[in-house]
Amino acid sequence: MTYVPHTERERAEMLAVIGVERTDGLFGDVPEHVRFPKLKLPPPASEIEIEREMQALADRNSGTDPSASFLGAGAYHHYRPATVDYVLQRGEFYTAYTPYQPEVSQGVLQAMFEYQSMMCRLTALEVSNASHYDGATALAEAVLLALNVGQEKRTKILLSPAVHPQYRAVVRTYLRGIHAAVVAGDEDGSADLDQLKSQLDQSTAALVIQSPNFFGQFEAVEGLSAAVHAAGALLIVVTDPIALGRFRAPGAYGADVAVADGQCLGIPPSFGGPHLGIFTARMAHVRRLSGHLVGETVDLEGRRGYVLTLATREQHIRRAKATSNICTNSTVCALAATAYLATVGKTGLRQIAELCFHNSHYAAAAIAGLDGFQVNPQAPGKPFFKEFVVRLPRPAAEVNRRLCQEFGIIGGYDLGRDYPHLQHHMLIAVTELHNRAAIDRLVAALGQITK
Amino acid sequence: MKNSGEMTTGASPMPADRFRPKDPTIPTLYQQSVEGRRGIDLPDLDVPEAALPADELNPDCDLPELSQLDVARHFLALSQRNFGIDTGFYPLGSCTMKYNPKVNEQIARLPGFAETHPLQDSESVQGNLELMFSLQQWLAEIGGFAGVSLQPAAGAHGEFTGLLMMRAYHRDRGEPDRTRILIPDSAHGTNPASTTMAGFTAVELPSDARGNVDLDAVRAACDGSVAGIMMTNPNTLGLFEEHIGEVVRLVHGCGGLVYGDGANLNALAGIARPGDLGFDVMHFNLHKTFATPHGGGGPGAGPVGVSARLTDFLPGPVIDVDRGATGDARYVLASPKKSIGRVSTFFGNFGMFVRAYAYIRRHGGAGLRANSEHAVLNANYLRIRLRDTFRVPFDRMNMHEFVCQGAIEDTGIRALDISKRLLDYGFHPPTNYFPLIVPEALMIEPTETESKPTLDAFVEAMKAIAAEAQSDPALVKGAPYSTPVRRLDEVKAARALVLSDRAKAAPG
Repeated sequence: MTYVPHTERERAEMLAVIGVERTDGLFGDVPEHVRFPKLKLPPPASEIEIEREMQALADRNSGTDPSASFLGAGAYHHYRPATVDYVLQRGEFYTAYTPYQPEVSQGVLQAMFEYQSMMCRLTALEVSNASHYDGATALAEAVLLALNVGQEKRTKILLSPAVHPQYRAVVRTYLRGIHAAVVAGDEDGSADLDQLKSQLDQSTAALVIQSPNFFGQFEAVEGLSAAVHAAGALLIVVTDPIALGRFRAPGAYGADVAVADGQCLGIPPSFGGPHLGIFTARMAHVRRLSGHLVGETVDLEGRRGYVLTLATREQHIRRAKATSNICTNSTVCALAATAYLATVGKTGLRQIAELCFHNSHYAAAAIAGLDGFQVNPQAPGKPFFKEFVVRLPRPAAEVNRRLCQEFGIIGGYDLGRDYPHLQHHMLIAVTELHNRAAIDRLVAALGQITK
Repeated sequence: MKNSGEMTTGASPMPADRFRPKDPTIPTLYQQSVEGRRGIDLPDLDVPEAALPADELNPDCDLPELSQLDVARHFLALSQRNFGIDTGFYPLGSCTMKYNPKVNEQIARLPGFAETHPLQDSESVQGNLELMFSLQQWLAEIGGFAGVSLQPAAGAHGEFTGLLMMRAYHRDRGEPDRTRILIPDSAHGTNPASTTMAGFTAVELPSDARGNVDLDAVRAACDGSVAGIMMTNPNTLGLFEEHIGEVVRLVHGCGGLVYGDGANLNALAGIARPGDLGFDVMHFNLHKTFATPHGGGGPGAGPVGVSARLTDFLPGPVIDVDRGATGDARYVLASPKKSIGRVSTFFGNFGMFVRAYAYIRRHGGAGLRANSEHAVLNANYLRIRLRDTFRVPFDRMNMHEFVCQGAIEDTGIRALDISKRLLDYGFHPPTNYFPLIVPEALMIEPTETESKPTLDAFVEAMKAIAAEAQSDPALVKGAPYSTPVRRLDEVKAARALVLSDRAKAAPG
C-alpha cells in the first residue's frame, strides 16, 4: 500500500542508529493531543483496483471524441503527433526538478532555450520566459509588468471585453491587492477598439486586446500600437499560437507583450489543465519579466551550455522585492509545445492554421444557410480564424443538450454564460480534426433540432 | 551519471564515465533545420477554400524544419543529459523528490480524462467532478480543514490565493488596516514574494537558538496591524516548531490568521493535521506530498484548504454535491459566497488531481502515515550518520529533512563544491545555500521511497568527498568532471544575455 522499500530488518537497523525503538518515537515534538489522527479516507487499494476504479470514473465522462466536439473557448482539440508524448514520457525530464544544477540539467535547459527561441519567432518578440501556469495567469503577470513599468503613476488597465472572460476574471483577482483601476469597456461584446482607444491617457499602464479575440475574430489593429505608445502605455496582446502559423504575429503590429495559452500545441485539454502560459516581450522589459529565463553560456572548457539566468528577479533571491512569486511553472507543457512545434515545423503549422481557417469557414457558411441561424451577427464580415459566433433560434443550452443526447455531438460554448446580451448565442470551434463529414454531421443535427 | 559504488573506493580521483559523450554539444533545432524537411503530413483540404484575409497574413512563421527521426533523436539525446528521480537519488531539501508512480502517469492519460473539455456540460463530466469532489474532501480531511479549492496551479500560487483570502476576510470584517504579514527568516522566498503581490507588507521574524521562530519576536510583533503569519511547519530546517501552539494563540489573539506553507507536509500527513494545530489556511503541493511529477519545473498543483471562517472566500468554482430524493449524487459547480474570484482558467491542473487521487487511494490514511514515518526515519538516519563529518547546526530530532553545513574547515571547500562533486558520484546534490539563516547550508530531504542501501551509498560519497577536501581540495574545487558540461559561466550568461537562438535554417 505504499512505495516505501524498507524491509523489517532495515527499519530496525536504522532505528537502532537513531536510538529510538519504533518509528512513532520520532515524533516527540508533535503535541500529543493532535498526534496520529485517524484519517477518514477510503481504505488503501492495490494498483489493479485503482486502475479499475479510475477507468470507471473516466467512463462516466462523455464527449471525448475530438471530431464530434465543437467546443473551444480557450481549450482545444488539435492533433497531437506521437512524438510529443514520446518525449513527455522520458523519466529524465518529467521526474526532474527545476534545473538549479545546470551540469546535470542540460537536457531540460536546452529544451527550454529552444522553447524560448520558438516562442520569440512565433510572436515576433525578443524575449520569452520559460512558461507560466496558463494563458490567464500569463496575462495577469503581463498586466503586473505594465503597472511596474508605469511606476505607480499609471494605474489604469484598458481591458477589451473581447478578451476571454476567464482571463479577465483572473486579471481582476490578481489586482485585488494592488492600487489599480481596471476599465473593462462596456461588455457589449462588439469590442469597439475605438472606444477603448479613446480612453487612453497619461494614467493608462496598458491596453489589452485578444486577437483572434474570444469570438474568433481578428481585431482591427491598424494604428493601435501607435495610439497606445503615444499615450505612453504598453500594448498587451493575447493570441492563439496556432493562428501564428499563417497570420500576423503580435510583435509585427507593435505589441510590447504577447501572451497565450499553449495548450493547443500538443497538450490534451485534460479538463482544463495543466496548460501552458506563453509570455513574450520586448527586450527592454527583460529585467521586469516574471518566471525563469534560460540563457546560453559556456562551461570552463569553453563548451556551449545553458543556465537559468537573471535569477535576481526571482523570489528565491529577491524575496519580497521579486518581480513575481512564481517558482513552479509549466515546464513539461513547454516541453510538449517544443516537441510539437519541432515536429509540425514551419510548413505543418501553416497548414494546420489553414485547415482551421478553411474548415471553420465552411462550417460557418453551412450553418448560416440554416433557417433561423445567423453567423457573427455582431460583426458581420469581420475576418475570423477557427471560431465563430452563431445566433440560434433556440436557447443554446437546449440545443447543446439535444446535440449531445440525440447525436453524440458536443456543441459550442453557450455565450450567454458570460455575456447577458448573448443569450441564444454559441461559440463554435472547428479545427484540422474536423473534416467535411464531421462538419456536415453537425450542420445536419442543428437543422433537425431546430426544424 | 551512474550511481556507482566503485567510485567511492576507487583510486582514481577522476572517475571514468562511460556515459560521457565525445561531443557534448547537441545542435539546436534551428541549427539542425533544413528548408523543405517535413515531420508531419496532414490531410488534404476536403472543403472549399475560403478567401484568406490578405491584411492578416504572416509570410513566414520561422519554425525549424526537421524529420520525425530528427525530432525523436534530438529529444532523446537531450533527455540523456538530464537527471531525474528515475536517474538517481535526488535529496533536494524542501522539494520532496519521491518516486512518481508510473501507474498514475498511465491513468492520467486515459482518454476519458485527458480528452474531456473543461466547458462541457456538468452532466457529461460527472466522473471528473466526482474525482475533484472526492479530492477536495480527502485533502480537507488530511489537512484538518473545512473547505478546499483545487484551483491554484502551484505552491506559490496557493500562497497568493491564501493571502488574498486573508485580505478579503479582514476587509469583510471592516479591518482593512491589517496590512502586515509576519514571516520567519527561515521561510521560503515565495512567502515574502506572495505577500507583496497580495498587497501586504512582509515583516521578518528571527529564529531562536533551537531553530524555532523566536516566540518573543512573535509576541512583540502581534498588534492590530497584523493580518496574519505564514508558518512552515516543520520549518525549512526540518524542525517541528516547538512553540507552534503558542504562536497560533498569539496571532489569533491579536486578530490575525495563520497561513501554513504546505511544502513540508510530507513530514506531517497522517502525523498531525495543520487544521488541528489552529492553521486557518494552507496550500498542498500535490507535486511534493502526493507524488505528482515535478516535470523539470512544473506543472504542479497547489490546492488550498481553509478553516470554517474562510470557506466563503475560496476561489470558485468549487465542486459540490447534490443528493436528490433518490440519494443519487449529482456533482455540480458552486461559487463560494464571497469568493475572491478565479486564480486560473477552468478548474486548475486537473491532470495532477487525477494522479493525486490515485495516490491517496493507493495509500489510505495508514499508508500516508507510513510515508511520513519513513520520510522522517530516513532523514534522521542520514543526519546521525553524517553529523560527525558535516556540522549540523540544530542537532535535534528532525522531521523529513535536515540542514548541515557544507564548508570543510581550513580547506576553502564550500557547500557549492560539495554539491558539484556529488554529481561525479552519481547523486543529485541537496538544496544549497538555503535556508538563508544557515551559512553554507546543505538541506537534505531523502523522502520515504529511498532504501537504506541508497542512503548508505550517499553517506559514503559525502564522507569520501570530505576526505578529498582534506587530501586534494583542488580536485573538489574543480568538480564536476563526469557531466556533459562542467561548471558553467553564470556571470557571462547574465551579462551577455543570449535568451534565444540566432541560428537560421539551412537552405534545402
